[in-house]
Amino acid sequence: MAETQTELAHGRTDRPGESAAEYLERYGRMRLIRGFEQEIHRLFLKGEVHGTTHLSAGQEAVPVGVCSTLDPDDYVAGTYRGHGHALAKGTDAEALAAEMLGRATGVCGGRAGSMNVIDLENGLVGCFGIVGGSIAAATGAAVSARRQGRVAVAFFGDGASNQGYFHECLNWAQVFSLPVVYVCENNFYGEFTPMANVTAGGEIGIRAASFGMPSRVVDGNDLWAVREAAVEAVDRARHGDGPTLLECQTYRHYGHSKSDPGKYRPPDEVERWLARDPLDLARARLLDLGLSEDDIAARDGEIDAELKRAVEGALAAAYPDPRQDSGTEFKR
Amino acid sequence: MSELEFRKAIRDALDEEIERDPAVVFFGEDVAAAGGVFMTTPDLQEKHGSDRVFDTPISELAMAGAAFGAAVTGLRPVIEIMFGDFMGLAMDSLVNQSAKFWYVSNEQSSVPLVVRSAVGAGGRFGAMHSQIHGTWFQGIPGLKVVGPSNPADAKGLLKSAIRDDNPVIFLEHKRLYSMKGPPPSQETVPLGEAAVVRAGADITLVAALRGVRDALEAADELAADGIDAEVVDIRSLRPLDHETVLESVARTNRVLVVEEGPRVGGWAGNLLGVITAEGLHDLDDAWIVATDDAPAPYSPTLEDAWLPGGAEIAAAVRGRLGVAAPS
Repeated sequence: MAETQTELAHGRTDRPGESAAEYLERYGRMRLIRGFEQEIHRLFLKGEVHGTTHLSAGQEAVPVGVCSTLDPDDYVAGTYRGHGHALAKGTDAEALAAEMLGRATGVCGGRAGSMNVIDLENGLVGCFGIVGGSIAAATGAAVSARRQGRVAVAFFGDGASNQGYFHECLNWAQVFSLPVVYVCENNFYGEFTPMANVTAGGEIGIRAASFGMPSRVVDGNDLWAVREAAVEAVDRARHGDGPTLLECQTYRHYGHSKSDPGKYRPPDEVERWLARDPLDLARARLLDLGLSEDDIAARDGEIDAELKRAVEGALAAAYPDPRQDSGTEFKR
Repeated sequence: MSELEFRKAIRDALDEEIERDPAVVFFGEDVAAAGGVFMTTPDLQEKHGSDRVFDTPISELAMAGAAFGAAVTGLRPVIEIMFGDFMGLAMDSLVNQSAKFWYVSNEQSSVPLVVRSAVGAGGRFGAMHSQIHGTWFQGIPGLKVVGPSNPADAKGLLKSAIRDDNPVIFLEHKRLYSMKGPPPSQETVPLGEAAVVRAGADITLVAALRGVRDALEAADELAADGIDAEVVDIRSLRPLDHETVLESVARTNRVLVVEEGPRVGGWAGNLLGVITAEGLHDLDDAWIVATDDAPAPYSPTLEDAWLPGGAEIAAAVRGRLGVAAPS
């Protein structure tokens, strides 16, 4: 991949999928996720979003970079920090916002909430509220995907790499050479606990070696780096050459959940990561590629307007009526 | 017509459903090349190929998770978790993923999968290979829990389970695998329906799986004492067919629920709760015979004493009805 890296480093934009306009689109998707998370944060404080919610601001380059390499009918399984996974895979922002707000027009009719979003129409087999669940869901989807000529992707955090799901499923996928990409969003904290305190071996990517599975450790705040690694991994999966583990190192701007201000993180560490905000990095790169400040500002304006419409629409929607939604246990 | 062995009924149901529907796949530990540790699945891989029937790592959580992921993306997996006791390892995926998907997704998709396991005591397998996990799952909305007591039902119920669009926990009692009986008269047996397997007027005995054989044996013994027992095979713990039981109790006015498993938290207690809530006016007596609230023992003398068999059931009925034991 040395050649590809060189091309990307020089901003070569004449290959399919690598034009500046396409990256502007991807940047826009990242901005949509950032804006969405900020809106959910605001609505949570207003009491419109209930229970808890886990925001992915700061980690946008990972789902956008990975999903930019997928077809619409490829499968993705996300986590309880999954708003970005859903938006990157194509879930409608208004339907997602309505789900957070518990409204009838939510992508799951208000039955799922923030942690458990499912959107099969867009290939999202689910976001899983229990650490590691996405790994198994994607592994199973890959059993189907192999027959269907599709690819499955699991997003999960560094914490999940210590679950049985991780070890059992990576072994399984390698044994059966399944078309799946395991994307670890390593944000260096499992809930409130530093990853290094509870994770042996340092790197997560290196764990793939014990299964004979290829892996890469990637700068997860760099959209270009994530996409390049994902292109290679998805290509491998699609051509029947089996799974890949990608460790994308990134950082969440908010705490673990809405009850967590994240005070356990050293201020200089937070500052260091904020200085590498994936949106800022993407903007700088777009300028390098020859786009103007005006081009980017125009896209920002479109995205912000789209988000505003989505949130307004969601807020205006009705709550589900318990007399209408009887909640059947079984499909008949 | 020749008799059908229980394990052959299981094998034939799988064979026919894999043949009938290209979406059906079957996987588990030692099920393919070896044909299953209870010899329930011989030659299926040979016949249907390793894409449809395959051996897995000893990874129950991955197995249940893979079945879930495959089921929501177009396949209809049947998996074998070798012993029901191992279901603890598979629990998160079954309880939190498969059971809730239909509801939480707002009915975008159901989860058509079947989890087969060998269950029950009496095989001298000890405490961690003898449990019946049906009750662990009975309280989980979104899961069906079924189990046959004879070869015909084994085939018909398993076929129904595979054709059902919902996740089904399928219980196969170890002490039934070698049982022979008449082949099924119908292609499928509906899930969620109990069966009156012996008509009687004096008392209703409700049982499941191997317990149905024991209840029938007890009923024969009681007939000699002039007690006419009706036997209901519950067949399905979720949904629980209490109508059939209530109709029976309306005729007999007495009910004994027999459970191979601990009394506390068991399905017998759940059923008795429904019977008393809805049928109290019909009841002269209602009670439970279950195992002690202790793990299944290993030693034959201890295990035999721990299990409620036909003689114990008959003795319990005689004692309760004030009928002297035959001399």
